[in-house]
Amino acid sequence: MTLHGFIFYVLAAVTVAATVVAITRRNLVHAVVYLIFSYFGTAMLFYLFGAPLLAALEVIIYAGAIMVLFLFVVMMIKVEASEEVLFPRSQWLPAAIFGLIYAVVGCLMIAAAPGAEMSLKLLSATPREFALYVFQSHWFSVEVVSLLLLIALVAALYLGKGQGKEKSKAEGEV
Amino acid sequence: MIVPFGHVLMLAGVLFSLGMFCALARRNLIMIVLGIEIMLNAASIIFVSAALHWESLEGQAFVLFILAVAATEVSVGLAIIIYAFRRTGSFDPSTYNLLK
Repeated sequence: MTLHGFIFYVLAAVTVAATVVAITRRNLVHAVVYLIFSYFGTAMLFYLFGAPLLAALEVIIYAGAIMVLFLFVVMMIKVEASEEVLFPRSQWLPAAIFGLIYAVVGCLMIAAAPGAEMSLKLLSATPREFALYVFQSHWFSVEVVSLLLLIALVAALYLGKGQGKEKSKAEGEV
Repeated sequence: MIVPFGHVLMLAGVLFSLGMFCALARRNLIMIVLGIEIMLNAASIIFVSAALHWESLEGQAFVLFILAVAATEVSVGLAIIIYAFRRTGSFDPSTYNLLK
């Protein structure tokens, strides 16, 4: 196993472990912080796969912006963390069994697929190459995404504005 | 030489199923949105590794748009969650039965 292979397996183990811990926490703040660990692992995987710009964006947007947004929402609202109950075992056990069967079959399929055993090459796309490619071939998608972000901004503002009126009627929480 | 492509697919599959479990089994709207985030993240891992596998920048460009969609979804989703919380006082989606 090469050094890069070793790095990949360590990162994969850390990412999966952090995600497992995150989704089983009852305290939302702990879950979000563990998920930040998971996203750092993913960012390093991106760097390993030759996408340094996407690695930086993953840290900035996912671990930085999105998770902080979650933390703000958790802090803004009193969460009755201990009252959350998971579904009873009789309800999720069949789903887990079916999911396990699919997982085993999927792993076998991936292992048997042609070309899957081919090792990935060590390549890297510099931010300059990547940016030139995006703005030359996908400029229209960039415009659509900017429109989408504008719509999200308007929607969040609208929903937030409605809260002010609700809040005066209901008990003030923030 | 890093690792076989299949191992990356398996890692992303495990992450995706973890996210799906989180979105399906938890009864807290914030945890459900977190599960969706984990699933989007697993999809972007596959896109980046496939871009490396086929030596094309298409996959990396797609991840850029996944990031934008994830940010949009989270901001609007959390705003809707707070709105629903103020209306009903609960994060549990099974208590949203105003139409009853």
